[in-house]
Amino acid sequence: MIDRREFVRALLVDRGGLIVVTGLGSSTYDVAAAGDHPLNVYQWGGMGGTLMVGLGLALARPDHRVVVITGDGDALMGIGSLATIGVKQPQNLAVVVLDNGHYGETGMQASHTHAGIDLVAIATACRFRDAIEVDTLAAARPVRDLIHKSQGPVLVKALVKRDPLPRVLPTRDGHEIRVRFKAALGA
Amino acid sequence: MDDHTNQDPGGWPDAIFAQFKRAKVRQVAYVPDAGHTRLIARCVDDPDITDVVLTTEEEGVALAVGAALGGERAALLMQSSGVGNCINMFSILHGFGVPCLTLVTMRGEYGEFNSWQVPMGSTTEAALKLAGFLTFRVDVPDEVGDVVGACCDMAYEGNQRIAVLLGQRLIGRKQWVKR
Repeated sequence: MIDRREFVRALLVDRGGLIVVTGLGSSTYDVAAAGDHPLNVYQWGGMGGTLMVGLGLALARPDHRVVVITGDGDALMGIGSLATIGVKQPQNLAVVVLDNGHYGETGMQASHTHAGIDLVAIATACRFRDAIEVDTLAAARPVRDLIHKSQGPVLVKALVKRDPLPRVLPTRDGHEIRVRFKAALGA
Repeated sequence: MDDHTNQDPGGWPDAIFAQFKRAKVRQVAYVPDAGHTRLIARCVDDPDITDVVLTTEEEGVALAVGAALGGERAALLMQSSGVGNCINMFSILHGFGVPCLTLVTMRGEYGEFNSWQVPMGSTTEAALKLAGFLTFRVDVPDEVGDVVGACCDMAYEGNQRIAVLLGQRLIGRKQWVKR
């Protein structure tokens, strides 16, 4: 089982122009803990929509790599998005699911993945070019390379510990996030 | 989704498409819908428009947010039943302060034969207003182009959340028996 903070920090080393979209809750804190950045799109609502925000960005900006970093609960709520992404086959989109098998924000109730529902198998069935499971921190380096180089949609399921971690809170002002993001992107 | 009538839709789908081109809409998301058949086909055929077929309408709301952040204009085509699928996802449009234009083909109103369509169709406009959308209704073919053009400007230039309701009287009643 992986320490999620260390894993995300390692994914975002030398990120260059990488766009990072986060799901509400712990994955937002993990990305913020790795260092605030104007190309981070933090979400504080719209559970189930994170993968599609990533797809909209990936289609709009083929000149950038886009990674969605989110939890199993958000990915499950938007599970049809995997099929929609599979239809479009974006070359520049990666999805990293930090899978702890539980709903961290609401009291650690078990999620479907805890019962064995496998997001890697679902992504494979949805025609993702690569869909892999990792369970070691050492895997962060090759996963980072996959995010930057894969020629097709990729999903990485990272099995992470469910230990509670201190919250690292970036701004909740979505207008501020939008303005600084678009300025950094030149959009 | 459900079928609308097979009668000739007239020229209004092309009038919408012309406004999409004028406004430089680049992403068009939809759940297949008979009322939008011709418009969807025109968008699919256009090399400057990326069409995105969805499993559920709320995906399109989130897609529009990503498009807007990336500097592209997106439009969302749906049937009135799809509005109900979107309600919570509409909140992120407000969170990020980004525009949204949706064109909604109506069911559950004028001449509806299927009572199961009425609960959602009869509350669609109120639901959109509660979710912070400005709504504009069209029932006359000749007015579609003007209204959609005005709504494109309000959405993309004025940064608003706009829904155009294409009435069942415009689209034509669904036929109960195939002829």
